[in-house]
Amino acid sequence: MSSAAFPRGKTAIVGAATYGIGKCPGHDAVDMAAKASLLALEDAGLHLSDVDALYTSAPYEALGGLQLAEYLGVQTKITDSNRTGGSAFEIYAAQAAVALSLGLINVALIAYGSNPATTSVKGVGMTRPSSYEAAYKPLAPISSYALAAARHMYQFGTTRRHLAEVAVAARRWAQLNPEAAVRDNLSIDDVLCARMVSDPLGVRDCCLFNDGAGAIVMTRAGHARSLRKAPVYVLGAATTVTHREISSMPDLTVTGAAVSGPAAFAQAGVTVADIDLAMVYDAFTITPILFLEDLGFCPKGEGGRFVENGAIGPGGRLAVNTNGGGLSCVHPGMYGIFLLVEAVRQLRREAGQRQLPKCDLAVAHGNGGVLSSEATVVLGRAT
Amino acid sequence: MIQRSAATGRHVFYPRIMVPGTGETDLEFVVASGRGTVYSTTVVRQKPPTPSYNVALIDLADGPRMMARVVGLAPEDVRIGMAVQARIIEEDGAPLVVFEPS
Repeated sequence: MSSAAFPRGKTAIVGAATYGIGKCPGHDAVDMAAKASLLALEDAGLHLSDVDALYTSAPYEALGGLQLAEYLGVQTKITDSNRTGGSAFEIYAAQAAVALSLGLINVALIAYGSNPATTSVKGVGMTRPSSYEAAYKPLAPISSYALAAARHMYQFGTTRRHLAEVAVAARRWAQLNPEAAVRDNLSIDDVLCARMVSDPLGVRDCCLFNDGAGAIVMTRAGHARSLRKAPVYVLGAATTVTHREISSMPDLTVTGAAVSGPAAFAQAGVTVADIDLAMVYDAFTITPILFLEDLGFCPKGEGGRFVENGAIGPGGRLAVNTNGGGLSCVHPGMYGIFLLVEAVRQLRREAGQRQLPKCDLAVAHGNGGVLSSEATVVLGRAT
Repeated sequence: MIQRSAATGRHVFYPRIMVPGTGETDLEFVVASGRGTVYSTTVVRQKPPTPSYNVALIDLADGPRMMARVVGLAPEDVRIGMAVQARIIEEDGAPLVVFEPS
């Protein structure tokens, strides 16, 4: 999509919800996705019968779109379950914006639920290890991100302390979010002294793997303005894929966000300096550093120094991952939906103690695979 | 062995039916140089007494990059930029390409 082609401001997120963050016993993944869906529809003042498009990525079920449509009892015109990992939800938002603006559909529901902390389903997962990597026994996906971190440190002088800053900032935001799963104190030294998993990443450099569900509802802007809450307009959205396995990533220090980010900002007609909130996928502490660079918040290689001294925590120079992120709030396997939900809450002034004093423009940047699929969505209070 | 396009001379790894991006299908297996440079490296930590081990990405002199293990030194002593040479070992009953400092 060229910047001229994207339906800037023609669609909006009108409902957003989370459910079951942390531990959600007694629920199947699809129960959780359905509950989040109902909450998001209620938030929008819409009903199941309004939904004519469904986008979902089920954690253990390849035909999850069909499963959720059946469970909810909705007969949809578009049902999509893409397989781009955690970035799927930003890609759904991009695709729903196009389909809505063309009039192909009227109300899109994007939903996700996953319960790795409490499920009795064993050996879940739908990907097979690469036969050209598996023999070397990398930890999936941690070692792939560790290799990216190691290369970034080598080229740019990034340090483990820089990585730790990301984990500590996430925790400090989480402490302001009653929904966040992990809220106890975390210091730089706690991160540095934590058990190493795959150098240079220790256990506190890695995201949570807990339960959680989220959903958003989208419709056209005109319809959105007649609904309960202030619309959150979709101003730009762009995606790209560069590889599947880390050994095929062209440059481990430059992600596809360097393509999707500038494209999404151009569609939105904004620059990175205009952004009040950066929701960037923090699967590991290296990923916000890479994405902040690639989206243009700082020059390439400066991400480590950019996050120093609490710069992305509460009261810092840039608000990043104000829900506590995948590192301290929720990461049930595919985290992308939660980036969008938190951006909506901040833009609507619904973020409670962690509410930013000014939040008119936000970016949600999703990541899938091993820095493989990148998707950037720009959201705003005004068109 | 590694694949190479007869017309363009470009090497491809992993083996496939075409050159990615350009689509030539004239791939043939040729002897790989076995020379490479460590592009990145990590140590996968294990609970003692199980030994931790190295996982690295190697930029082959032939062009492509591959995942491999660097052996012959402690896993944490593997350095980015180190020149390495391939060697084939047997592991779990199958041949495996590893690299050692050259």
